[in-house]
Formats: sequence, C-alpha cells, structure tokens
Amino acid sequence: MSRLPGPTTFRALASVVVPESRGLDDAGWAECAAIIARAIADRPPRVQRQLRLFLALVEWTPVLRFGARFTRLDDARRAALLDGLQRAPLLLLRRGLWGVRTLIFMGYYARPEAGRALGYRADARGWDARRGAGA
Amino acid sequence: MGRAPGRRRVNERTFDIVVIGSGAGGGAVASELADMVSQGVSVLVLEQGARLRDDEFTGQELEMAPALYEEGGGFLTADGTMTLAFGRTYGGSTVVYTGTSLIAPRRVIEAWNVPGLTHADIAARSRKYMAQNNVHLLRPDEVNENNALFVQGCRAAGYHAEQFPVNVKGCRGSSLCNLGCPNAAKQGTHRVQLPAAERHGVQVVARAEVLRIEDRVVVTRVHERRDGDKGLPSEWVPGDYRIRARMVVVAGGAIGSSALLLRSRLDPVVPRLGERLTVHPAHILVAEHAREITNDVGHPKSYFVDRAVEEGYVLETCMYFPFTTARNLTGFGADHSAFMRAFPRLQMILVLACDKATPGNRVRVTRDGRPVVHYKLTDSVIASLVRATRASARIFFGAGAVRVHAPSADPPLLTRDDSPHLDERIAARHFRPGTIPVSAAHLMGGCAMGRDARTSVTDAWGRVHGVPWLRVADSSLFPDALEINPYVTVMALADRAAEAVRQDYGAIAAGMAR
Repeated sequence: MSRLPGPTTFRALASVVVPESRGLDDAGWAECAAIIARAIADRPPRVQRQLRLFLALVEWTPVLRFGARFTRLDDARRAALLDGLQRAPLLLLRRGLWGVRTLIFMGYYARPEAGRALGYRADARGWDARRGAGA
Repeated sequence: MGRAPGRRRVNERTFDIVVIGSGAGGGAVASELADMVSQGVSVLVLEQGARLRDDEFTGQELEMAPALYEEGGGFLTADGTMTLAFGRTYGGSTVVYTGTSLIAPRRVIEAWNVPGLTHADIAARSRKYMAQNNVHLLRPDEVNENNALFVQGCRAAGYHAEQFPVNVKGCRGSSLCNLGCPNAAKQGTHRVQLPAAERHGVQVVARAEVLRIEDRVVVTRVHERRDGDKGLPSEWVPGDYRIRARMVVVAGGAIGSSALLLRSRLDPVVPRLGERLTVHPAHILVAEHAREITNDVGHPKSYFVDRAVEEGYVLETCMYFPFTTARNLTGFGADHSAFMRAFPRLQMILVLACDKATPGNRVRVTRDGRPVVHYKLTDSVIASLVRATRASARIFFGAGAVRVHAPSADPPLLTRDDSPHLDERIAARHFRPGTIPVSAAHLMGGCAMGRDARTSVTDAWGRVHGVPWLRVADSSLFPDALEINPYVTVMALADRAAEAVRQDYGAIAAGMAR
C-alpha cells in the first residue's frame, strides 16, 4: 500500500482546503489519505519528486514569515499562506498549490460518503430511481 | 517466437492489416474493413486500455476514471496549466463522451482547405454513422432541469439554444455518461462498430500498448491485468510482440497517434508531425439556484449555444461529479465548500473556446517515448473564454440563479447584484494560468491532413506522405479545430481512411515481399 508523503503537512493543508475534513475521524482521514497516496503513486517519478519538494516548501516557508512551520500555524495564517501561493507571480508555485489542492479534493470528495453528504444522488437507474424515491 | 540473449522473449505474429486504437477512428475502420475478413484478409485491432464487463460500469468517480481515462483524466500539459481528458479503454473516448452528435460545419471544412476533402462527403459519411449509432433528439420529458434552465436562461439573455442529437438507445438518465454508461445505452464503438467487426472475424486485443512502428512491423507490449484492475485480461498472453502487417492504420487519437509516430521516428519523413494541435480549451462554470433542481439525473448534455463565428466560443450544458466539480471551482476553503454543499441546487455550463492551430502548440515525446503536450493559451483564446463566461453568467442569472462562480472574476463569486457589471467583473486580467481551471477533451491535430509532406502529415484519405502502407484515421487528422464536438467527424474521416485502405490494399499487398 502506498504511503502519503508529508502526512502531517497534507492533513494540515486539507483542513484549510476543505474545512469539513477537520471533522473526519482517524478512519475517515485514513481513507482520504489512501486515495491521495494511490493517486500520487500513479504519477511519474518526476511529479512525485516535485510534490515532495512543494510540501517541504509549504511546511518551512512560514518560518520566515510567521516564525513557525505550516503545521504549527492557526487556520487563518495557513489560509493566508495558501492564498499567497495561489496568487504568486511564479507559475511553479501556483501549479504546486493547484496540484495539492486537486489531490485533497480527490481524497475528500471522491469518497461516496462525501457525495452523499453533499446531496449528490446520481444512480445507475436514473429517472426510475429518482421517481421511485418520490423526488 | 525468438529471443536474443539476455532479452525478453518476443512473440511473432502476422496480420494483413493492423489498426491501432479502438475509439471513434479505430472502431469505424475496424467495422469498415470487417468484410475483408471473409475474403481472407486478417484484421487486428490493438487497444491499449482494458475491455470492461458491463457490470463493471459502476458510475463511481474514483473507480471509473482510472479504468477509462489516460492518467485517470488528469493528463497535464507540459506547463501544468491545463488538464486533458481522453479515453483509454475498449471503445476509446466513445465510452466516456456524452454522445452528442453533430455534423461538421461547412465553413470549418472549407477553411481547412484540404485538397480532395469536401463538406458534402463528410456530411454524407457522418449521416451514415449517426444512423448506425441511433442518433436522435431526446423527448422533452427526458430533459432535466439543469438543461431546461439553460434554455430558459438563453431565452432571457438573448441567446439561441439548440438541442444536441445524442447517440443513446435505452437511456435511463443515469447522468453518468462521462464515467461510462452503466446501462450500456450510449452507442459508442464499444457497443456498435467493434462488436460488429468482431462478429465478422476482426480480432481485437486489449491491454496492448504499441511501443513503436518499424517497417511494416508493430512492436507491441501486452500487459497483464493487475490485481484490483477493472476489465478482462488481454486476449493475448502478456508479453512482447512483433506483429508484421501489410498495412497499419494508426487511430490512437491526437495525442496517442502523434506520439506513436514520433517515437517511431517518422518525423524526418513528415516534419509537421505533432504540430497543429488544437483542443477547445474549456471551463466548467457553476451557478447556484435557491431551490433544488434535477441535475444529477437525466442526460447531462442536451443543449448548446454556438457562438463560434461571432465570438469564438460554444456553450454546452453539462453536469459533473463531486470531485470533478470541486477541482473545477477556483480557490479553496469556506467559499469553495459552500458551493459544494449546494450541489443539489447547482446548474452547470461548459464553455469551449474555438482555438486555432498555433506554432508551438504541439505534441512531442520524451526520450523514453512518452507524450508531452505543449500548449499555451493565446490572448485570443483567453478573450473567448472571458466572453463565454460573461455570456454564461447572463444565462445563469436569466435562469434565476442566485450566485455564479466565474473563474475569471476576482473574487469568483458573483451575485445577482453583479449582473449589471459582468463585463467589468469578468475580465481577462483575472485569468491567471495555474489558478484558473482549464481542461480539454476535444483533442485534435498532430497528424494533419494536407497537400504534401512540407505542410502536413497525411493526404485527405489518411495516407501518410511517403509511407504508403501507413495510414492515420482519427482526430489527429484535423488541420485545425472543428468548433463542434468531434466524434462524428472522426468517424467520417476514418470511413474515408478505410475506403482508401480497401482501394490500395491489393496493390500494397502485391508489392510487399513476405
């Protein structure tokens, strides 16, 4: 089974990107992490290296600005840092955040439970299922 | 069967015609060549992806995307700013499209200016495949509110909405077209042309990755089915194969065919190989209504607005799944989550820019032969996307939406109070690559048709210039963007390529020393 790189940084990022992820218990987060880890394992080695580097950058850059690592910051400061990254003049930084954000969305929203919680009800039986449910 | 010392065992096979790819192009070629089998001509189709059983189409995003799409639908361009979605399965992208079926516009075919290619011919062949694939308009009671609101919004905002003909039979309205129809209703090549070809004796081998083409030899690796993978094992024993052929038809799509011919070192023969790539760059736009609407039930793509000529874009209805929706909204955090939690109230529009073949936008390969797509959004394309976003916002608000998410606005959330200021709020200055979600699923060009090898890769019949036994039959043939959904035109061009194969086969087979 693949392991998530930078697991604590990832979880801290997830808490800002999808605030609902803070409500996940250990099993719920483990499911998210496994989805993300599998997705990373399927990417080319070059992309995996870039991701590890970006996670390290996210973790340590705040030391210069806030005097603490990313995982030690409160949510407001974490969000400010990520907002800065998504507006960064350097495409590489914007891309990095884009990639991490995409992975977190995959881990959180691709779970069937998350879909149900949103009210997403697509069903192979289509109209029959919906009309049968009285909606 | 032979093996050089220290090398993998290589299996030898011989076929008369080998078709590479089983999507709209490969499927059409296979069905058109199928009756040659009864005349003693052996035809083989190689498909890189797997052949799924009907009960494996579950509609679950996490399961289906890796099983049906190249890189799970997350193939990135070289600079990482655009995601390309294309199928990799028995049936190719015809398994994962929505089945919208339109005939190429006359103005586009005429602008292509390919000697020997007429709009009348494309239209006639398109109608043949539309009949085969049961293309028709859905009844009004099959249209959901996500689509009906689009029509209502267009009426209010002054746009002309047209209904898409679609190629379904027995559609139950699962809304899951882009994850492969779980009811076998969509009439892609995996339901129509490939089974028909196989009934006539065409062999189809899945999980067969073509590494390169040598002189009338297709070097192929058949992969094992890994534990947990969807799909049947390959029809052939996993391993390496050298497949001798009298003729080879390449139909791996704009990226796959271009990359295959590049790693087969065809570029000195046809130097334009990989060029003229167009993709119809797209945004998914989302709006929230005050009440729940039927959006995740019913066919997702029933209507469109064609503003290609006037404003360089096409708008289409669409509906995506939670993860795909999440990644296509900009930003993160509470605002993003609020939109996601509104899922049952969401209306969606896909905006497609009509891009033009541009120097530098092209397919290349890495040293180890993997495709790399170089694509930069031009100012003209960004302007088209911005205009399309403004139009969509007007349509959303015209339909009664309370909030609109516009990626090229900053902040991206617009309320009805913003309606009078859309031109100001939605602007190219906010279009920041790497932050704005741009995706593409209409991948075209790379092996463009044309007059000669100086300016193109093939002639109007898919014959590769200077290589008479090698043909191309897919969207890579397009010399420029089609400006509509492309699969019917791909089938029409593949039909022409198959006709040329039939015409030329006797002479080529006679001239080939076996």
